[in-house]
Amino acid sequence: MSAEPVLRAVNLHKTYRGGLLSKAGAVRAVSGVSLELHAGETLGIVGESGCGKSTLARMLVGLEKPDSGEVTFRGRPFPARDVRRSVQMVFQDPLTSLNPRMTVQDLVSEPLQVHRLANGAPARRARVGELLDLVGLDPDRMNRFPHEFSGGQRQRIGIARALATEPDVIVCDEPVSALDMSVQAQVVNLLAELQRTLGVALVFIAHDLAVVRHVSHRVGVMYLGRVAEIGPATKVYGTPAHPYTSALLSAAPVPRPSLRGRKRIMLGGDPPSPVAPPPGCRFHTRCWKATAECSTQEPALEPVDDHFAACHHATRPA
Amino acid sequence: MSDTVLEVRDLQVTFTASGRLLPAVRGVDLVIERGQTLALLGESGSGKSVTAKAIMGLLDHPGVQVGSRVARLGEHDLLTMSAERRRALRGNDMTMVFQDALSALNPVLSIGDQLGELFRIHVGATRAEARARSIEMLELVGIPAPGKRIDDYPHQFSGGMRQRILIAMAVALEPDLIIADEPTTALDVTVQAQILELIERLRRELGTAVLLITHDLGVAAEVSDRVAVMYAGRIVETGDVYELFERPAHPYTRALLGAIPDLERPASELRAIPGQPPSPSSLPAGCAFAPRCDRVTALCTGTRPELTLLDGGSDRAVACHHTKELLDVG
Repeated sequence: MSAEPVLRAVNLHKTYRGGLLSKAGAVRAVSGVSLELHAGETLGIVGESGCGKSTLARMLVGLEKPDSGEVTFRGRPFPARDVRRSVQMVFQDPLTSLNPRMTVQDLVSEPLQVHRLANGAPARRARVGELLDLVGLDPDRMNRFPHEFSGGQRQRIGIARALATEPDVIVCDEPVSALDMSVQAQVVNLLAELQRTLGVALVFIAHDLAVVRHVSHRVGVMYLGRVAEIGPATKVYGTPAHPYTSALLSAAPVPRPSLRGRKRIMLGGDPPSPVAPPPGCRFHTRCWKATAECSTQEPALEPVDDHFAACHHATRPA
Repeated sequence: MSDTVLEVRDLQVTFTASGRLLPAVRGVDLVIERGQTLALLGESGSGKSVTAKAIMGLLDHPGVQVGSRVARLGEHDLLTMSAERRRALRGNDMTMVFQDALSALNPVLSIGDQLGELFRIHVGATRAEARARSIEMLELVGIPAPGKRIDDYPHQFSGGMRQRILIAMAVALEPDLIIADEPTTALDVTVQAQILELIERLRRELGTAVLLITHDLGVAAEVSDRVAVMYAGRIVETGDVYELFERPAHPYTRALLGAIPDLERPASELRAIPGQPPSPSSLPAGCAFAPRCDRVTALCTGTRPELTLLDGGSDRAVACHHTKELLDVG
């Protein structure tokens, strides 16, 4: 793995303020997230709703400006045009993220025009055909509209559009969550294959732990706007150091009835609201290991074994 | 008294949309025993939610035809029952837990009013009695400080708490059958585990039968006794949860299990199923899964396989021409 990361995020913060008339306080979506993405790798991000994973995704591609902190691509910040071109995004719901009044050809050639990547209509058309072929769609259907395709095919259109600018990084925000379970595997396999053949680096954001483990080399676990644990997938899943990671893994339903009797960690309550995150460690209100220290001292992300965890009582290998 | 809580035979539901007939459910049989959980597993459009609504009698409007040969809830024959009687049955004898608790609860009534209404209408309780019973119910489903929270409104509760309130409403009158339609799909995984445990505990304590509608193989594997797999409006395989997951006898069930990643056993490549589920407006003539099946033969595209009992299994039935080969291969 090369030393220089392709994408680097340093201490990102993002707070959404309520409107003028809103009584609710500001939502602290992301509070101090740093990460690095290396060429050709997949970084998975898991977490429950409200943990800030989608906000993080939007900041990584420059759709959202961080309040503080910085995202750099090979050392250069947004919003330089070639940086934007190199970091693309695939959204969760392909039906709402594709303009229903544009044909597939228009949709996929739009980034080519914006970034002046193909000269003239025939060249663009040829390139759109190539891209559709790459994602497993029949180029003959490029004059159709998004609603004429199934959910899985629409997600392929979204991927073709992201690939149009030959990016080095694609950030996928819940790319398979809206798809039927029999179709999810098609899209997961397509992303894995594109990574192998094109060497593109992926950030794969999802709430499904099994899918994330399947696709990722490294995994970050987020809780209430912060990274609780991050490291190689085998380490994070195999020997989780943060109690939240253990609880999350333990709570995930497993499609094998023979494992029903296994010991499970049951967390009490719901994740607290990001409007008023608890002081100290944000997980201490639901944590069975919590001590007085946890409710006052915010733990820093520190190395444990081969990965990093933000916990005063991290599980360390014996 | 018989131990069969629900028996439905040959359930058919057809929608009429702009003059065209859309068969959503095409001959579904369901039997649930007392204290048993049956998971009805299927993808979107497979007809699982429509089945649930038809059983509840919630599809009673123009443009929908519902028919069946047998529909019994315990001693009651649902087919001959008047709409009035059926309404009384809902809430008393069978109840439903919906996916989205926020839209299933009335936003302008307090939780106490909504729960209390059940006791006042169905058992004629006074306001004070209804309030006391409601507090008990909230306690039963694990709402902290129920005496204080009873006057709160739905928006003041979290998603998991709202789902608990819906469950409290569903079990309040100790029904024989609870139909839970994707009860945990909108919830986070740590909260999902709590809710599934709650449903499981109540089933044990109250002996209620549960029909669990889900698209999640993991959820079905965790809590059900029996599983029925639906595809394109029909049950393609049904049986004991252990047997079905360990030795799937229908290519669709087998393909689904191969297509989802397993947390415990990460594989290098998922076995994707080609194509997508058929639309109810253009169903294939033979087996509905034939166009996506890796074992398809001429027989499959021409003749639809009937749901047939398997030898040796405990009430296992499969609708596939090639089950024998499938099971022999292992």
